[in-house]
Amino acid sequence: MEQEPLEQFTFDFKKETAEIVRGSSDELKLKLGEFAGPLDLLLFLIRQEQANIFDIPIARITDEYVKYIRLMKGLDIAVAADFLVMAATLIEIKSKMLLPRDPSELEEEEFEDPRKELVDRLLEYEQYKAASQMLYERTTIEQAVFGRGKIESDDANAEINASVFDIITVFQKILLRHRDEIKMEIAREEISLSDMIKTLRRRILEELELNIQTFFEEMQSRRELVTAFIAVLEIVRTDSVKLTQKKTFGEIILKAVTNGTGN
Amino acid sequence: MEPETKTATETVTHTADETTSRSMAELVAIVEALIFVADEPITVKLLAEVLEEERDSVEAAVVELQKEYEMRESGLQIREIAGGWQIATRTELHEDVRKFLKTRPSAKLSLASLETLAVIAYKQPVTVPEILEIRGVQSASAIKTLLEKRLIVTKGHKETVGRPMLYGTSKEFLIQFGLKDLTELPSIEDFEDLTQ
Repeated sequence: MEQEPLEQFTFDFKKETAEIVRGSSDELKLKLGEFAGPLDLLLFLIRQEQANIFDIPIARITDEYVKYIRLMKGLDIAVAADFLVMAATLIEIKSKMLLPRDPSELEEEEFEDPRKELVDRLLEYEQYKAASQMLYERTTIEQAVFGRGKIESDDANAEINASVFDIITVFQKILLRHRDEIKMEIAREEISLSDMIKTLRRRILEELELNIQTFFEEMQSRRELVTAFIAVLEIVRTDSVKLTQKKTFGEIILKAVTNGTGN
Repeated sequence: MEPETKTATETVTHTADETTSRSMAELVAIVEALIFVADEPITVKLLAEVLEEERDSVEAAVVELQKEYEMRESGLQIREIAGGWQIATRTELHEDVRKFLKTRPSAKLSLASLETLAVIAYKQPVTVPEILEIRGVQSASAIKTLLEKRLIVTKGHKETVGRPMLYGTSKEFLIQFGLKDLTELPSIEDFEDLTQ
């Protein structure tokens, strides 16, 4: 990925990052992309520092955290806003801890550690992280169990089981497929308007009478169709060609006007 | 559910006259057949309805059947899952079964999806902001994945500011995670000891 030098990196860390990235960028990218969220990253850092979760060395952890976020940015990993929110929270806690405590509060012994809320969140999060690990194990075991193969009647009433959500999913798939088709059309060589006019003129001269509906139907894409339409308008305006219709709402025929009678 | 009940009444009219009282062995046999043909875990309630038998005796028959499979160390097992009963291969045989089916374990859920699922499973019904609160990260794409995989379902709106959508786990969740019901999940407090 082309990455412009990030100007906000005014620290030495910039060089450091660049060096690490040069070393083993893929591996690091993988590692950094693995964190499920800011709390996950924070837990990882606390473990790495072998710190006690109930007594987090907030200054050190904050520095580490910010380092990682910079690294993620440097590696072009989209850093979710939530990671930045956590960085702000950490810095806030860090600054709170630097402030001298209010003596009156100290006496009452009701001083609340600025880290408390974060610790509570971390502990709660860790539970769910462990729970997700348990789910992972369960699903792995479950994948080793197979039900019987399908029998004919299983699909008989399949449509009844479809929810609105299924229908939307199918619809989205169709839309997606169509988008792909359009992409392919764009990739194809396109006919310019002047080429189209040339083709049209040649056809009229050769066939004398050209049904515009058949002409339009030959077009392979919406874009070609639009070009063809403009070509018809253009050729009628500028050339000695006229549009005729045998009856109202009938087929429209393009005819070359014989020399002399045209304008 | 609808089509199943329909077939149920049909079967009943067929068999009601001939077998008013079955022996235990007969009941075990018919229960086995029904569990086999059902494409979803079949409940004791439904079995009892179809067979016009007491729930207790059906329950006993299922348990007996389960024991039989275990006793003879069958390659199949009768197991309770998602509130119903199912016949399936035994875990230990998965390698050979896979070799035959030529399948690999299907794509695993991402870390984010698993975490989101864990929060939903334990906190349900739960809203997106509540999930964010616990995970500390937006979970929109994880929720989308889980909905697509039918592991979670919407459970109406929470009557609070903005009426956010409530999410809960589905029957499919129980099936894919091999759970009888939600109470089979270990309590979230149990994970406290695992931390650190």
